[in-house]
Amino acid sequence: MKIKMLVPALIAALALSVAACGSDGSGSASSGGGGGGGGGGDLSGKIAIDGSSTVAPFTQAAAELFNEENPDVQITVGTSGTGGGFEKFCAGETDISDASRPIKDDEEVPVCEKNSVKYGEVQVANDGVAVVTNKALKVDCLTTDELKKVWNKGSKVKSLSEVKSSLPDTELSLYGPGTDSGTFDFFTDEINGEEGVTREDYEPSEDDNQLVTGVEGDDGGLGYFGFSYYEGAQDQLNLVGVDAGDGCVKPSNETIQDGSYKPLSRPLFMYPSEKAMARPEVKAFMEFVIANQADIAEASKIVSLTDEQATKAEAELQKAEQGAGA
Amino acid sequence: MSSLAYTRTRRSVGEQAVKYSLFAAAAVSVLTTILIVLSLLRETIAFFGDVPLGDFLFGTKWTPLLGGDQQSFGVIPLLTGTLYLTAIGLIVAIPLGLLAAIYLSEYAPPRVRKTIKPVLELLAGVPTIVFGYFALTFFTPEVLRGVFGIEVNQFNALSAGIILGLLVLPTIASVAEDALASVPASLREGAFGLGASKLQVSLRVVFPAALSGVVAALILGASRAVGETVIILVAGGQVARLGLEPTVGYQSMAAFIAATSRGDIPTGSIKYETIFVVGMALFVMTLALNALSIRLVNRYRQVYE
Repeated sequence: MKIKMLVPALIAALALSVAACGSDGSGSASSGGGGGGGGGGDLSGKIAIDGSSTVAPFTQAAAELFNEENPDVQITVGTSGTGGGFEKFCAGETDISDASRPIKDDEEVPVCEKNSVKYGEVQVANDGVAVVTNKALKVDCLTTDELKKVWNKGSKVKSLSEVKSSLPDTELSLYGPGTDSGTFDFFTDEINGEEGVTREDYEPSEDDNQLVTGVEGDDGGLGYFGFSYYEGAQDQLNLVGVDAGDGCVKPSNETIQDGSYKPLSRPLFMYPSEKAMARPEVKAFMEFVIANQADIAEASKIVSLTDEQATKAEAELQKAEQGAGA
Repeated sequence: MSSLAYTRTRRSVGEQAVKYSLFAAAAVSVLTTILIVLSLLRETIAFFGDVPLGDFLFGTKWTPLLGGDQQSFGVIPLLTGTLYLTAIGLIVAIPLGLLAAIYLSEYAPPRVRKTIKPVLELLAGVPTIVFGYFALTFFTPEVLRGVFGIEVNQFNALSAGIILGLLVLPTIASVAEDALASVPASLREGAFGLGASKLQVSLRVVFPAALSGVVAALILGASRAVGETVIILVAGGQVARLGLEPTVGYQSMAAFIAATSRGDIPTGSIKYETIFVVGMALFVMTLALNALSIRLVNRYRQVYE
């Protein structure tokens, strides 16, 4: 459902970005089909990708762009969540895992090691978690403490005026991602202080579009989800800035990229397995992703890498390639 | 005699073949049911190895997906949510369904009946996901808020319940209509002969005579509503909540199963087992409804001739 709704938007966005590419010409050194081995067009095979639903739109856009040059490579992009993705990845079922956090040293790394799955960790984009409210619920900024009062375990807060008297007393209707989501893990960890700890009477959904629908529909709607989903629906929602003690910062491409939107911004990763990297189509795809990350990020409404981050990603990818060759 | 015996042997081979293939066809559905119960049973037993039966049956907090001390396995909120949504649906579906059935069977001219009944049955064939989004994107904002001005949440029991009622309406109407139409014409003619009006014939003669079939229609509708998943998943919210407030959302048992298996739950974990336990509870509920239906049908059955 989620993917299907994205497709028309992506195709439109891709058409734009490809056109932009063409007029760019030799202006940008790192973009275009020539970057890496992606330009051949004689590649074939299947690439299985699964993982974070936040990274999925990015990967999906990358796959569609890649398929324009290499139509015989079939790429499947699942959205099992970061944890679910790593589970399949470490069992050797997928070639690349999408993740909205680094792989967990204590839980996931040992499983991968046990099954001799070696991998590279490549940052492909940046993401922020947006806190949003209904247009009618006028809130400009919330501190992390205020957010915690609303969202923490056992919270009985019914309206924002209970948190701060100057805020509206509209009865709240809360929306957030389900417990399998990387966004849920991230938000609860950063705001409530412990991953997975949350108040229980909020409306959860693994489908971010449903969260947008809910917040947009209820006068007291307040929710959080990936910044990319806010960007897709920004006319319908009110964006709330977050104050972590250094003043109020609203999420934007810049504040998420440089990490100043604290504490709710984070890097997004793709983990290619070394075994898969030995296959030419996977190697070409990963090189394509890094070479075109800015265009893919624009098409999928996700925040691109800074130059420094892109250089580091190239280095990580080369390391994984060497591992695959050895 | 001998020629007869000969044909009987030849024929009996064919007869036996037909008999066994028919038996096999019937056995498939029985076997499937047994296998479903067995597959539910294994995880259910594993679940009750970790969670006491009393906590499950009488607990009032259902948060199996959360971690640590926030995790709780009381099925009551899911059960009441399911029954509440079903009740709203039936409040809509029973009167409308029965009135439609009486109209079609007793009042409608044959030509109208021939047109309306297939259309009604077509409604039963609309995929439930369509009903779900109809409730979420049209009925909640345009009808409940727009026309009636009710302050409902985006995901609420009222919208999901009413649309659930529309879903089971054709089932009830169609089955009840069959029951009414199968009442022998002689009964109607006798009543008319005694000077009864059309309304009196419909309500006092035909309806009671068809009662067993009508009750079967209602129970069938209720079973359908209890097990309905997608409408509630899409429009009814996903909070397992205890209460009877129609403007907020509730989770039903079937919707819990669907929502939970949509995420990624590790096989063998307690979260995974809850899917099967709830499935088992749902199965038991539907089974009880069907057993009730059989009892009622037998009790009210009137045999003519």
